[in-house]
Amino acid sequence: MRHAVSLRIGPIGFRIGSDWRAPIDQLRSLYRDYPQPYDEVADYTVRLFARRRWRRWIRPSVEIGGDYMLPEAAPLPLRQGLLAAEMAMNLQMALGARRYLLLHASAVERDGRAVLMTGISGAGKSTLATLLAARGWRFMGDEFALLDPQTGLVHAFPRLISLKNEAIAAAQAAWPTARMGPLLASTPKGDIRHMVPDARAIAAMDVPATPALLLFPRYGFAAAVRSVPPAEAFVRMTQASTNYVALGEPGFAALTGLIAGIPSIAIDYPDSDSAVAQVEALCAAR
Amino acid sequence: MDDAAPVTFRADPADARRAAPLDAFTAVYHRRSGITHLLTEPAPQILAILSEHSLSLDALLTRLSQDYDLADPMRDALAARLDELVVAGLVTAS
Repeated sequence: MRHAVSLRIGPIGFRIGSDWRAPIDQLRSLYRDYPQPYDEVADYTVRLFARRRWRRWIRPSVEIGGDYMLPEAAPLPLRQGLLAAEMAMNLQMALGARRYLLLHASAVERDGRAVLMTGISGAGKSTLATLLAARGWRFMGDEFALLDPQTGLVHAFPRLISLKNEAIAAAQAAWPTARMGPLLASTPKGDIRHMVPDARAIAAMDVPATPALLLFPRYGFAAAVRSVPPAEAFVRMTQASTNYVALGEPGFAALTGLIAGIPSIAIDYPDSDSAVAQVEALCAAR
Repeated sequence: MDDAAPVTFRADPADARRAAPLDAFTAVYHRRSGITHLLTEPAPQILAILSEHSLSLDALLTRLSQDYDLADPMRDALAARLDELVVAGLVTAS
């Protein structure tokens, strides 16, 4: 590829190549404090490319590729090249990861204990993790929590925080000094802006944590807390894992061990302050 | 034919599966297929018995009756559970 950058997020090394300079420059800037892949070997290669040569210049359209590809992945306009890169990196992880059980969850840590928050897009995973981090928790990630089948520990994957729509202002208000990427307006997921995790999250990203609480947050409802039965939590987490089936028995052992070892709780919340208070209260009670 | 041998049921040996009790459900990983199943009673007990013995429906019912207080309608229910386990690939009928 004409332009390329390598970086490591948690234990995962990436090499991102692009037909265009702009997305790589944005990645270099936003990931400037991240280390290089271990031994300079990237686990995954990501490619941002023009399907036809003239598409580099005329209405430039970014196709997403790499070691793993989805044939139906729609191209994005070049002004959303950063989003294309992040989506492609996520895709490589989702389809390729074998060393860890990937849980589609955000995660924060305090005193070595991790709170995992899972849910559909819009449930508030990223916002909650960001707000908790602003109140002293260590941010571990807003997209994937990496569960190590060997140890049962959760490893951080603190990629850029993907904030959508009203979450952008909420996160900026909580963390006004955070570095931000460009506003990507009118993407397929609405307005998106990336926030760089704080220095502590990056410095400690190689430090795993012991899972302590599994939360299923749901935004837009009156505040409520409900214990989730283990079988329901197990089924929901098999659906929230992109590689549960691929991992086979180690994935089964890791996930049943996680569910058996920590409480699973659903929280409904009307606003972010309520959610943060609910999480703090649940953690204080344990 | 009236004198045909009854259908017998058999499960893979116990070490062909990995079970994790969750609550009313038990998660079972079937090593041969790589499929995860969620089972409720009496399915785990049926699998445990059929892992050691190849049994007909009536013989299995008798065996289960030794451990459980079973009512008469249990035979139809047991047949239904066995059909489900056969469809799931955890039990074979021959």
